[in-house]
Amino acid sequence: MVRRILIVAAGLLWASSAFAADYSLLNVSYDPTRELYVDFNKAFAAAYQKETGKSVEIKQSHGGSGSQARAVIDGLQADVVTLALAYDIDAIAAKGLVATDWQKRLPLNASPYTSTIVFLVRKGNPKGIKDWDDLIKPGVAVITPNPKTSGGARWNYLAAWGYAQKKFGSADKAKKFVADLYQNVPVLDTGARGSTVTFVERGVGDVLLAWENEAFLAQREFGKDKFEIVSPPLSILAEPPVAIVDKVADNKGTRGVAEAYLKYWYSKEGQEIAARNSYRPRDPDIAKEYESSFAKVDLFTIDDVFGGWTKAQQEHFSEGGIFDQIYKN
Amino acid sequence: MTIITASDPAHLSHRERSDRVSDPGEGSSSAALPVGNRKTTVGIARSNSRTEPGPVRFVIIVLALTFLTVFVVLPLVVVFAQAFSKGFIAYFAALAEPEAWSAIKLTLLVAAISVGLNLVFGVLAAWAIAKFDFSGKTFLITLIDLPFSVSPVIAGLVFVLLFGAQGYFGPWLQAHNINVLFAVPGIVLVTIFVTFPFVARALIPLMQEQGTQEEEAAISLGASGLQTFFRVTLPNIKWGLLYGVLLCNARAMGEFGAVSVVSGHIRGETNTMPLLVEILYNEYQFVSSFAIASLLAMLALITLVVKTVLERRLDEGQAPSDH
Amino acid sequence: MSVIAVRRSNLPGFGLTMGLTLTWLSVIILIPLAALFLKTFELSPEQFWGIVSSRRTLNALKISFGLSFAAALVNLVMGTIIVWALVRYRFPGRRLFDAIVDIPFALPTAVAGVALTQLFAPKGWLGGPLAELGIKVAFTPVGIFVAMIFIGIPFVVRTVQPVLIDLDVEIEEAAASLGANRWHTVLRVILPGLIPALLTGFALAFARAVGEYGSVIFIAGNLPNVSEIAPLLIVIRLSEFRYADATAIAVVMLVASFLIIFAVNRLQRWAQARIPTH
Repeated sequence: MVRRILIVAAGLLWASSAFAADYSLLNVSYDPTRELYVDFNKAFAAAYQKETGKSVEIKQSHGGSGSQARAVIDGLQADVVTLALAYDIDAIAAKGLVATDWQKRLPLNASPYTSTIVFLVRKGNPKGIKDWDDLIKPGVAVITPNPKTSGGARWNYLAAWGYAQKKFGSADKAKKFVADLYQNVPVLDTGARGSTVTFVERGVGDVLLAWENEAFLAQREFGKDKFEIVSPPLSILAEPPVAIVDKVADNKGTRGVAEAYLKYWYSKEGQEIAARNSYRPRDPDIAKEYESSFAKVDLFTIDDVFGGWTKAQQEHFSEGGIFDQIYKN
Repeated sequence: MTIITASDPAHLSHRERSDRVSDPGEGSSSAALPVGNRKTTVGIARSNSRTEPGPVRFVIIVLALTFLTVFVVLPLVVVFAQAFSKGFIAYFAALAEPEAWSAIKLTLLVAAISVGLNLVFGVLAAWAIAKFDFSGKTFLITLIDLPFSVSPVIAGLVFVLLFGAQGYFGPWLQAHNINVLFAVPGIVLVTIFVTFPFVARALIPLMQEQGTQEEEAAISLGASGLQTFFRVTLPNIKWGLLYGVLLCNARAMGEFGAVSVVSGHIRGETNTMPLLVEILYNEYQFVSSFAIASLLAMLALITLVVKTVLERRLDEGQAPSDH
Repeated sequence: MSVIAVRRSNLPGFGLTMGLTLTWLSVIILIPLAALFLKTFELSPEQFWGIVSSRRTLNALKISFGLSFAAALVNLVMGTIIVWALVRYRFPGRRLFDAIVDIPFALPTAVAGVALTQLFAPKGWLGGPLAELGIKVAFTPVGIFVAMIFIGIPFVVRTVQPVLIDLDVEIEEAAASLGANRWHTVLRVILPGLIPALLTGFALAFARAVGEYGSVIFIAGNLPNVSEIAPLLIVIRLSEFRYADATAIAVVMLVASFLIIFAVNRLQRWAQARIPTH
């Protein structure tokens, strides 16, 4: 019986490998980008075939940004990484898999699309949440994932911090504000997707801190009659970066196609795909075209407020950092 | 010692036998019935000393059944209710997705390899342990049992430490372009680890109980070792062997934590069914997620049915008239 | 490790089968586990202690071990009641419920996790009514507790069941004829005979719950220091690129599993010694 199973299994395996493209790329990405990359991969494969006559198959892997970076460090054969924040790619670069100047190899800090952090609330906004201040009110349950494991959660945290620092003008007050905010968090999921599911499907919490694209997606999936998006007047400019994993791409001989893949993001078509999936496009023309889709939010960057990712990571999310101090209280 | 007592055929056969003996003796399949169907007062009078008053019995049964219903039956029902919540068409559409197919194929492949290898190992180990006496036997059995109590996450972690690019053998493997982690070999390895004890532990008590006389007789009649095994031992242990393979297979197809650590989650390539359940769940595709989950739940149910049948067979196998 | 053979039977194949067994055991179990210990030796004792005694780690271990202990206790009590009902009473559906006990054993943990979460979430079949009573199960430590009860129950039932079946009813009758009431008979005559099996079942359910991951993470709130189990902390430490932390926690848990298995071994030997030869 076991032999028969083996034969069947071998047959199935053979059948699945019968189709093979000229090139095969593995894109290791974070949680919310699955739909985005399904669209993008299809468009790129068609464009690439048209231009070079070669077929390319792109495989996707999604998970928490940190876990995904860990897998690449441990040997997951990613040709390109498209993660939630620069720090995770820096961690891969620190192991020599990606050139340390990766962020300069592509335009705009190597982040072809951006997003921001918004609030998703239940229909009718029963708790009247309009701005960051409303999140620390007693009795408001805020859903956000764990910044230690989730890239999105780190953007959430830094957005709150940035708001408080700008409003109250001191780091101490910002720390107090963020500590108060996390007092209102009943569930700390490991990933952004987990948090959305907790809020949307399981009905926990009054407000979800989410990527803008993730909030739009949830609204599309579950209906505008159930959830509303509240964009705070001030938030952070989230720049999810992309990079070629040099060591893997060179080893597999896919550097050419991998470079073409990432560069395609900066084309009009690429930018259009980003905009259609509710990521804010970088291209001014496309941005203008989709202007009405995105709320006007005053955006600050991580460099402005925190002096870059390495510093922010060190201060806030390292062991014994500010986030740990908040959770020790 | 036994970790899975459920797989200890010696116990089970005992249970079946004493069931049969005690059934007429207690004289009241209705004794515990909360309603109606009173039997002779004689039986009850006699059993007064040996059983509890009616209300106590009633409370115990209600407690037991409520507990099992809430904690065991309802979760199972939820799986199917959710899977079919949008109707049959949505259910089968979810299962027809290429990603679902590749997960099913991968799960079957991984289970086939790891169960096959553990089958061979289990028989070898059981032969050495059950048919011979040596010092350190208990220690050896403890080592075989160890994966039962090791957290699946740790099982995944140790293979990352060994075969990860930063691990002990990682650089060598990379230099030779061999992918273990985040590919089928890694998933197979952790699955073998977590299912390691099942076959051996199902066979050892059975083979110990059967002793060595039949085999010794065969040898003295001139049979070779292999002939003895295939003609004498195997027919005696076949149901126990199937039993071990069955439980081993259920665990192999269902393993989540360990596989999650070493999978890499490549769509359509390294996601097994349990991993796909989590992924789809996190993508708001609840029907799809529970559809895959329902396949795994059905696997569990089939496992239980076959297990019950096998236990009967094992019980019969105890009777000398069997062969 | 050396195993010195004392060959009793004259069957062939001891060398070959033992050799292959030890090889396979080494490749799959011993070498990987040795790697774990080897990795921790890269830490100084102070570093190791620092990791293990950090507040977050301690809390995760406390949650894992504490809730597992509590869940195993519930399993001990409820398992005994279930065994009693299944063995001593006859009622419709008895055989079905007997088979059902094994579901947590056969159902993949991830499936159990999503199902329990669905069931106990505020919108779920049980979570809804419970929420109206003000009881939150999912995403609280109670949820972890529930999942651990689920996975542990077959261990107690299947360990105690055969022993209760084999228990000599004549002793009970003798006790009764000597004038002991039922309650005394159960407490003084039956229970002592079950103690080794009860402890074994308890230890097995406990060991399983401590290491459990798949069925717990969905329903746990995963709040650090509140509802974060130790296996999840290992996964989190890995994704933070902190291998040393992950391995240190793993070593602590592994040693605990060794000890539990060892205790189970001793328990069973004790149980066997207590059984009069028949």
